[in-house]
Amino acid sequence: MTALSNLEEDFILKAIEESKRLDGRQPYDYRRTKIEFGVERGCCMVHMGDTRILAQVSCEVVEPKENRPNEGQLFVNLELSPMASTTFEAGRLSDYGIELNRLLERTVKDSRAVDVESLCIVAGEKVWKIRLDVHVLNHDGNILDSACIAALAALSHFRRPDVTVIGESVTIHSPQDRDPVPLNVHHIPVCVTFAFYHKGKRLLVDPTEKEEKVMEGTMVVGMNVHRELCTMQVTGSMLILKEQIIRCCQIGVVKVSELTELIKQALEKDKTARAEGKKFGFAESHPKKSITSKVIPEQTLDTSDVEDEVSRIMETAELPEQVSSKLEIKKPGLGQIGDGLTNSWLDDGDADEAEEEENGNSKEEDEMEGAIGSEDEDEEEEEEEEEKKMIVTKPKAKDKRKGKSKAYVSDSEEEETFTLDNADLDVIQGTKSQKLSEELDLTAALKKPSDKTKSRGNTRAKGGKKKWKKEQNIKDRP
Amino acid sequence: MTSNPENNSSVEIRPIGSLQSCISKPDGSAVFTQGDTSVMAAVYGPGDVKPNKALMDKATVTVTYKPKIGISGVREKALERMIRNTCETVLLTTLFPRSSVDIIVQEIQDAGALLACSINAACLAMINAGIPMKCTVAASCCMMGKDEELIMDPTKEQTKDAECVLTSAIDSSAHSLIASSMQGSCSVEQYHKLMSVCQKACDKVFEFYREAMERTLSKP
Repeated sequence: MTALSNLEEDFILKAIEESKRLDGRQPYDYRRTKIEFGVERGCCMVHMGDTRILAQVSCEVVEPKENRPNEGQLFVNLELSPMASTTFEAGRLSDYGIELNRLLERTVKDSRAVDVESLCIVAGEKVWKIRLDVHVLNHDGNILDSACIAALAALSHFRRPDVTVIGESVTIHSPQDRDPVPLNVHHIPVCVTFAFYHKGKRLLVDPTEKEEKVMEGTMVVGMNVHRELCTMQVTGSMLILKEQIIRCCQIGVVKVSELTELIKQALEKDKTARAEGKKFGFAESHPKKSITSKVIPEQTLDTSDVEDEVSRIMETAELPEQVSSKLEIKKPGLGQIGDGLTNSWLDDGDADEAEEEENGNSKEEDEMEGAIGSEDEDEEEEEEEEEKKMIVTKPKAKDKRKGKSKAYVSDSEEEETFTLDNADLDVIQGTKSQKLSEELDLTAALKKPSDKTKSRGNTRAKGGKKKWKKEQNIKDRP
Repeated sequence: MTSNPENNSSVEIRPIGSLQSCISKPDGSAVFTQGDTSVMAAVYGPGDVKPNKALMDKATVTVTYKPKIGISGVREKALERMIRNTCETVLLTTLFPRSSVDIIVQEIQDAGALLACSINAACLAMINAGIPMKCTVAASCCMMGKDEELIMDPTKEQTKDAECVLTSAIDSSAHSLIASSMQGSCSVEQYHKLMSVCQKACDKVFEFYREAMERTLSKP
């Protein structure tokens, strides 16, 4: 549905040129608009053709902003639900979403439709924060107008809990305790969206999604019944004449009065339904006659056989084996329930000994292993491999030295290829002798705790060891 | 809604209603109501999937749960997860490898048994979308009050003084349990009691699905 073919585009444009629309409307007609209210206060659903908007108003007590200590807050949040169209993503708002959100905020909040001063409870301490959530459930064009209607209808429908302030104490009354109070809605600003075609010559009111796709630009006029302009925005790649703006405003005046009347009627209808104790809410406004709708009344379930069923289950069910829930303390800081698998975290020293036997190639090697120990099997294996490589490469190195070769190659990572001359060697020996002794001391220190405590070697120790070995090799030479 | 105090052998469920194809854009959509609780679900798919989410052997099922107030947090994520796993169980995802099935669930009104209603709405939307399924799934909610009385399909007020609330989803072919979510505590015996009552209520929902589909597919 996202792509519109050239043929479709041409067809729509040609129809507009003849003042015709795909759904048979006149250029300045709105689609069938329906306003429904939910069971909860401040919940409103607007159908405008196939466009569907859900608005919900809620409130909470917050601290006022520092620069406005005796004003309540109004927060407007418009969400393009992924339900509405595949192009809308859940979570974050697209550029389009932000634009709509801001326009709605400008119309509802910045036009001061809601009296925020009456939302103050204790100046500088407690004010009401009114939150308006507008969800776009189905996108078939003209989201803004329908969102605006939904927002204003929901705000007018909403009731906040009553509050009494006696001295310092603030009491928020529950709905059962005292009737909730409505918000002070000064005026009802409504947006009217115009879509422009044919270089701004043709204009349509309430464009559908397809018409929105081929339009050149759009103009939004936010207005109330008192003919006061609240919002105005022109966007798109077109140039419009100033006469068009005046004309749009004149059309806007008519449309706004129609829509405001619609909102008022819907509110009145809901009010009488509630007062007379009739059924209300979305469930009631479902088109019952539609073949896609189905309602079944309250049903009774016979639960007489439930007891028998339960007792049958209880009898036939095998009880799980009794698992000891006694906590065993195997070692300080280590608890165990039941007899699970063997605990690999316990250090009983056996593993290390076995490992030492495996690596019993030379004394030197053995000691090294002991010093390093092992924490992890993987690491251990890696180390073993490395060890083997070392063993393999060592005799090689020795051979080379015997043959007075100048190259000394080893596999280990730390030890890169060295090419040493005799002269170089002298230099190294001279300059490095001090360093060497220091490092030797370090390794000696590392070796010490190897006997009993088996200090867990880390990579640094490993590196140290290798260096030491390298140094040994160099030292062995001349 | 409440059990009859004299004759403790029957419980009532609130009226069930549904409206399919309620919105035009998605491939399938439905509003499901249980009493005042109302949930709208929409299904897109099987369709394109983002390359990083594609699975080689089956369709990627994603569920987005939209709360009515505020943005979704941990509670909503948990609900999403629950609904997703339930729906994926019944969908024949292996028929559509490297594609996605997106289910969006919008809370319209929460008056108790929200999770059950969401699962039912999602299932009806999937049926409406005509996605191949192994079987249908229905969920129901049952609570046990302080005096061990059973309340089927409780309202939000009733849930406040519940000892434990059980929501269970059951499949239509084997009548086996697909998902179960319990809050509070109860004995094993009480659990079985709640479960068997839930099962009975789910059967009613299956009947409802059938009737609703028959009506939708009938000639006007």
